[in-house]
Amino acid sequence: MKTISDHVLDIIQNSIRANATLIEIIAEEDKKNDICVLKITDNGCGMNKEVLAQATNPFFTTRKTRKVGLGLSLLKQNAEMSNGKFSLLSEVNKGTAVEARFQYSNVDRPELGDIWNTLYLTMLGNENLELKYEHRTNKGSFKFSSTEIRNTIEGVSMQQTDVREAIIDLIKNNITDIQ
Amino acid sequence: MSKITSLADLKRIKDEVQSKLKLRENSDNPERLVQVKVGMATCGIASGAKEIMKYFVEEFEQQAVDAVVTQTGCMGYCYAEPTVEVILPDKEPVVFGFVNKHKAEEIIDTYIKKGELIDGIIPITFKTIDE
Repeated sequence: MKTISDHVLDIIQNSIRANATLIEIIAEEDKKNDICVLKITDNGCGMNKEVLAQATNPFFTTRKTRKVGLGLSLLKQNAEMSNGKFSLLSEVNKGTAVEARFQYSNVDRPELGDIWNTLYLTMLGNENLELKYEHRTNKGSFKFSSTEIRNTIEGVSMQQTDVREAIIDLIKNNITDIQ
Repeated sequence: MSKITSLADLKRIKDEVQSKLKLRENSDNPERLVQVKVGMATCGIASGAKEIMKYFVEEFEQQAVDAVVTQTGCMGYCYAEPTVEVILPDKEPVVFGFVNKHKAEEIIDTYIKKGELIDGIIPITFKTIDE
């Protein structure tokens, strides 16, 4: 996974598989304290203690289509390689919370990447999912929810070119403004 | 063109679009729409499936093809990522592997628009890896 944006897309897929209807993502870039944090929380079916203990094991997966589950283990590896931390909490029928911390100045910290495309494609591909995103830096913060976006564009398809570009620009401009 | 930074800006774009938009006949009829599902599991993402999904969305709009593009999880063809499942109206789903932008263009021009089968289809096997 080359960028934080790719990790987000990957972890969100886990939440969607867990039948989450709400996913909250917080991305924080704190240059002053040299920390970068990524938190993804969902209200999906959660994991029991046995599954939770195995979740970051690359050779463990609840899928039937294959025998490896790399998403969480790759994120954990990137966090730890960047001198950061990784934590995973979950409760059955309540949800799951993933938190990955990275040292901002560390050469192994993945770049943010095109998170605006990730967020747009996720909203496009999952009509009934509520997605909340918040980005915080030393210069300010920006947040939005998929509900607001859908209400604003009501009546027009999210795939329509001008609307699509406007949504992606909205997210991208707000994030670049606080970088 | 001013930068789009607020929901009000987004609403303005949407209003402009709505006044120009022609009604599409098939939009209320999901069975008549083409469905394209892009595999978006770890293997897919690592192979660039996100760019492929974006490409499909952009091309469909550009060429005015009535299609719905969504994400799907692992279909089990990790060795052939990016994979894309295409369901034409009234036809069986077909899965394509090793889909890069060039292949995506071919899928749109030949399979979706004309219904002709092309190379690169992953056949359905009813056995798991264990058998």
